[in-house]
Amino acid sequence: MNASVETLLELADDRLVLGHRLSEWCGHAPILEEDIALSNIGLDLLGQATRLLELAGAREGRGRDADSLAFLRGPTAYRSCLLVEQPNGDFARTIVRQVLFDAAALPELERLARGDDAELAAQAELAAKETRYHARHTRDWFVRLGDGSDESHRRMQAALDALMPFTAELYAGRAEPRAELEALAAQATLELPEDPPYPASGGRRGVHSEHLDHLLSEMQCVARAHPGAQW
Amino acid sequence: MSTTLDDSQWPLWEVFVQEKTGNPHEHAGSVHAPDAELALQAARDVYARRGPVVSLWVVESARIVATAPADAASFLEPGPEKIYRHPRFYSGPKTAKAGPKAAEKK
Repeated sequence: MNASVETLLELADDRLVLGHRLSEWCGHAPILEEDIALSNIGLDLLGQATRLLELAGAREGRGRDADSLAFLRGPTAYRSCLLVEQPNGDFARTIVRQVLFDAAALPELERLARGDDAELAAQAELAAKETRYHARHTRDWFVRLGDGSDESHRRMQAALDALMPFTAELYAGRAEPRAELEALAAQATLELPEDPPYPASGGRRGVHSEHLDHLLSEMQCVARAHPGAQW
Repeated sequence: MSTTLDDSQWPLWEVFVQEKTGNPHEHAGSVHAPDAELALQAARDVYARRGPVVSLWVVESARIVATAPADAASFLEPGPEKIYRHPRFYSGPKTAKAGPKAAEKK
């Protein structure tokens, strides 16, 4: 069975919002090579989002293309999970957010790549290939910084404690992300916090934090100020 | 880890890329990285994203042993009278592509 428009929007919006967050590092990363690495990951996610939005628009059949879905929907129409809209914070927080996201994204893409929705499977296969590299890069940092200096360890643990509560709707009760993260955290000498009794959720229903409002107003301002502009 | 660095940069690594199996790895440029794994990743991001690349090498720049410019005359310039050292008197089969001439044509 083919994926619904709603499912495609969830997949696309996660990547669009996270990709935009990573693009905010451009010119600000701790070192040039990492600036390029984060921008590359952001661009990959933006590409994945564009293809998913095209497919969502086509299946919806109301004449909306990737641009109109990206730039002309307000925050309540966005289906991204709460994790990806969390601000970049310091480098530790950005790395932890990415590792938490990939822990769910990679198994999900691999599942979709084997699924019977042929169009989505083709996209998922490409996206899984890209995501395997993203995970290699950010998991490397995760272990290094967790098992690094006192300060890097403290920042990583703080980021993990702060962001873990936002993973519930992304992990959707599946066991594999947490199992993967337990192993990774042990390697990084970090402690994976328990799942909170009342985890934050709402993104999939369009109930977001104010962080997404600010992100979208920046991302959409040019397209909204100049409707139909070509560049 | 409590290494103090004089400047904010990590050590420099030289990057070599191979565009096709069988081709030589050619010097592409350099990246800064704290160790070999991150040097490979940085090299991939900077030098392997746009073109076809099948293999990457990185080597710490400090590990490269190089000639000094002052030594060039005695070390590198061949004597003009020793033409027998230059294998230019043989015509090889047309199908053979390897060697300095093939490299020049590229």
